[in-house]
Amino acid sequence: MSISRRKFLQGLAATGLTTVLPSTAKAASRGEELATLLDLSKCIGCGACVEACKETNAHKFPRPKKPFPKMYPSRVKPSDWSDKQDVDDRLTPYNWLYIQTAYVTWQGEEYEINIPRRCLHCQNPPCANLCPWGAAAKQANGIVRINDKICLGGAKCKKVCPWHIPERQSGVGLYLKLLPSFAGNGVMYKCDRCFGRINQGLVPACIEVCPQDVQTIGPRDEIVAKAHKLAKEMGGYIYGEKENGGTNTIYVSPVPFDVLDKAIEKGPGRPHLSSVPNSMAKEENLAMAVIGAPVAGLAAALLTGISKVSQDKQGDKDE
Amino acid sequence: MNKQPKTIWSGRLFNFMVFGLMFTGMAQMPIFKRYYLADVPGFGWTADFYLNHILHYILATILLFIIFYRLGKFLRQPGREIELITPIGWVKIFIWAGLIFTGILRVLKNQPNIFFSPQVVVFLDWGHLGFAIILGLAALLGKILGQGYLRD
Ligand code: SF4
Ligand code: SF4
Ligand code: SF4
Repeated sequence: MSISRRKFLQGLAATGLTTVLPSTAKAASRGEELATLLDLSKCIGCGACVEACKETNAHKFPRPKKPFPKMYPSRVKPSDWSDKQDVDDRLTPYNWLYIQTAYVTWQGEEYEINIPRRCLHCQNPPCANLCPWGAAAKQANGIVRINDKICLGGAKCKKVCPWHIPERQSGVGLYLKLLPSFAGNGVMYKCDRCFGRINQGLVPACIEVCPQDVQTIGPRDEIVAKAHKLAKEMGGYIYGEKENGGTNTIYVSPVPFDVLDKAIEKGPGRPHLSSVPNSMAKEENLAMAVIGAPVAGLAAALLTGISKVSQDKQGDKDE
Repeated sequence: MNKQPKTIWSGRLFNFMVFGLMFTGMAQMPIFKRYYLADVPGFGWTADFYLNHILHYILATILLFIIFYRLGKFLRQPGREIELITPIGWVKIFIWAGLIFTGILRVLKNQPNIFFSPQVVVFLDWGHLGFAIILGLAALLGKILGQGYLRD
């Protein structure tokens, strides 16, 4: 761990990229969350980031065994993207980033806004918290990752993610070794923020390749401050800071996000841009009750004990 | 008034809570939709992960209160029942401890300001599930052997 941190430090110092905040290496070495800022006013929709993501992460893409196991009950359908690996206009197990485009008129001006879409790396990610199997988890540096060695492809993470980001490929993963016909259905895939590159002191491929420097990576608090500054200068709007209780992907746009949301194509693999309340809010509030229950139980037993003793004493006196 | 359950681990309310926890726990796996339960009219909620997660928290709160309340009372009368605990009873008690331990840590993990590494998360998730399964097996074995927590 310390080796990769040191490497990270050296690597980032060497990059000299404007897309990396100077304090990033230190923050990473402190185990702080890193976030990315996306200045949507700069994105020209060239798709270089999408291609770079595909190339860089190709070695992680699924190589499914066919034919797929027969599924019971038969209404459970396998998800197969292996023959459609080139699809790049939505999220798939082979495409973890794509560009959404919105043509809008806002305050009398026409805009073409391009929005790179991928996992937002939530601060308290429901996909990870609700995974019953430990396959999805958050790392200290804020990356939310699905472990392809143990994911069973039940797609619960996709269901509970407010943007339904993870995508399934059948015919790969641990379920093939367990009960292939009766439980699980593959592995879920999504952006892992190029965790290997981060460990080696490199920035994510999509950030490095962008000709417009659309993205900046850095410690979350600095990225948030930068996003607010940028939004102020631009007279713009922010998405991702508060969404789902806070994410590590902060978009800044000259056009409000509810306007963009109406203008983008949405559907399977094409996430919305509407505002999202914290999915884990109820659990966060209930946690104190669960954790406090043992103490409360013991205290109640003790208190009834005391009152019983004093009652008994009272009874003794009365007799 | 002889309504007091015999041990910390019995009573109608206790059993109901355990059933509810097992059910909402199983609902954390994407199986109720796959295996048609959620298609039965009135059972659609069994496929609602968030709802079942919150129910699991609420039931856990009540059960933990009951267990620790009775544990507190039990500890106030030391030596009374300890020798009466059967081997199966001890096994189940240790499994309960593991289940509660991993469950509470899992709740902590879901808090925004608390962080566990991915390796610990796997350990907790598999542990919690594993303890639930072996508790069921131990309970079954107890039934077969006709052994409860306490000797008659
Ligand atoms: S590479 Fe940069 S400019 Fe091109 S689509 Fe991606 S974010 Fe936009
Ligand atoms: S955006 Fe979805 S998949 Fe990504 S961390 Fe958040 S909940 Fe998980
Ligand atoms: S951070 Fe890496 S995995 Fe995520 S979208 Fe960018 S290139 Fe793809």
